[in-house]
Amino acid sequence: MTAKGIRIQGLKKRYGSGDTAVDALKTVDMHVAPGEVVGLIGPSGSGKTTLLKCLGAVIEPTAGKMILGDDVIYDDGWKVKDLRALRRDRIGFVFQAPYLIPFLDVTDNVALLPMLAGRPNAEARKRAIELFKALDVEHRAKAMPSQLSGGEQQRVAIARGLVNHPPVILADEPTAPLDSERALAVVRILNDMAKKFETAIIVVTHDEKIIPTFKRIYHIRDGITYEEEGEGRGFE
Amino acid sequence: MHSWGKFVFTGMGLGLLIGITLSMAGIYRGMVDDAKVLLDNSGADLWVVQKDTLGPYAESSSLYDDVWRGIRGILGVERAANITYLTMQVGKQDGDVRAMVTGVTPGEPGTPGWPPYLVAGRQITRSHYEAVADIASGFKLGERIQVRRNQYTVVGLTRRMVSSNGDPMVFIPLKDAQEAQFLKDNDAIREQRRRTAENPAFNRPGVPGLLDAVIASLSTNPYVNAVLVRVETGHDPEEVAESIRRWKRLTVYTRSQMEEILVGKLIATSARQIFMFLVILSMVSSAIVAFIIYTLTLGKIREIAVLKLIGTKNSTIVGLIMQQSIALGLIGFVVGKISATLLMAPIFPKYVLLQPLDSVMGFIAVVMICVLSSIIAIRAALRVDPAEAIGG
Repeated sequence: MTAKGIRIQGLKKRYGSGDTAVDALKTVDMHVAPGEVVGLIGPSGSGKTTLLKCLGAVIEPTAGKMILGDDVIYDDGWKVKDLRALRRDRIGFVFQAPYLIPFLDVTDNVALLPMLAGRPNAEARKRAIELFKALDVEHRAKAMPSQLSGGEQQRVAIARGLVNHPPVILADEPTAPLDSERALAVVRILNDMAKKFETAIIVVTHDEKIIPTFKRIYHIRDGITYEEEGEGRGFE
Repeated sequence: MHSWGKFVFTGMGLGLLIGITLSMAGIYRGMVDDAKVLLDNSGADLWVVQKDTLGPYAESSSLYDDVWRGIRGILGVERAANITYLTMQVGKQDGDVRAMVTGVTPGEPGTPGWPPYLVAGRQITRSHYEAVADIASGFKLGERIQVRRNQYTVVGLTRRMVSSNGDPMVFIPLKDAQEAQFLKDNDAIREQRRRTAENPAFNRPGVPGLLDAVIASLSTNPYVNAVLVRVETGHDPEEVAESIRRWKRLTVYTRSQMEEILVGKLIATSARQIFMFLVILSMVSSAIVAFIIYTLTLGKIREIAVLKLIGTKNSTIVGLIMQQSIALGLIGFVVGKISATLLMAPIFPKYVLLQPLDSVMGFIAVVMICVLSSIIAIRAALRVDPAEAIGG
């Protein structure tokens, strides 16, 4: 393992206080290397969503440490002032549904992020088109989201997650609405992209179809993570 | 596509409301224009009316029909002509039309009160039973129309000769118009004669001819509503008006004063009503825009959460919502302008004057309404937690 990617040490999250306090995350230790795709699985209420929100810098953990690339972003408190910029520039998100902006075309949906980061329009669009080539949706670059199939929309959503070349991507049930074939295709794409862009990808999933594809899996139960070797099967 | 359909249909519905709003403004402008046209087409510089009245349009006014002679002699008066106005139902073969019957002095074209131009036929040349009608009355050349008990032949047609209420004008000879204003039906005349004859004050045994004189005076009508005065070139209308006021002890209005009476007093109530309609329609439009933008925003909560999660600034999200709101307003304005111009104005029974400036102001108002109406949706969007994008 290298020091890059994402490393989480002793992360805790407590909701409320006193008698009503709930420890959603008790002890979370994880590390995901660049180019690696790991699964994060667990039953409902185990703390998956809370962990994802902490990793995504949308809620503040109670304690612990998070290191993104070479930078400590959380150590018993945020070490980054602008969390919005952190999410925009250094964390990619892929969701259960694509959630593309309906009135922007596919290219603008993806180019929006680099534009928000202050990149020139032409460069932002160029990045988007490069990703479309890699994800085999280049021919739909001018289409509106409503004109795409579910699989195409999800690939565009992956492109959006990758477009700012973040060191980590958080994928929240990215294959839930897809059939087996398409689900495996999406995981294959995630693996390819992880290698191509040296990105660490954490896939939160319940999907039995894709769990065997991970080489490494984190189980989370009652707010505690357990690491396990995955089957690492192919995608066929 | 579902949202787009809802968006466009809402825009079209809003457009019809905006169309009505623009038409209401057009109706007010039309009323003001009607009033100005009435003054322009009268060919007068001064209106001489009964003392202390706002006649002849805003209040009733009655002057002896020989007053004009004395006015004619005053320095600076080029022409003076009697005029009567009476708004009434004018009958024709298949119904009747509300019109302002105008009695004009015999003379030649150019006499104050005469229609300044005709679109068909000729001016009145006989002293009785000829009429010139505004084309909006629907009367045709040669058609026989009925004013009170008498029938008139339409010999000429004019255009844009309307009262301040928008009623078309029908010009008839002055004597006929005086009779139309005051002539009673035969039963009423008989009854009046009987009562006069029974009155010992008028039917004295030792005063022969008194009763006949009283009855004769009762059956004549020596009154007109106003005298229209044209001022000689080089004379100040206000000075001439002051001379008439001083020497004839009558009320005289200049063009600007008469315009103030018509616009500021006669149609003031209508203007206030229209203004209230405009306010109500604006509020309804605002409510519609606010509701639809709020609904559309609530339908996009997850997308907004995603935008926030991926680092979009609040100002960008506010901009997107405002763009949506203004786009709705633009669709509405275009539909409204088209519907007001092509659908509503032509079929509305009053003159609707759609002025470009009103459209510009309407457009600005629509944009402002849309911006203000999006505030509720913007508040909702800004309250969205980016964490909502993650998890079920």
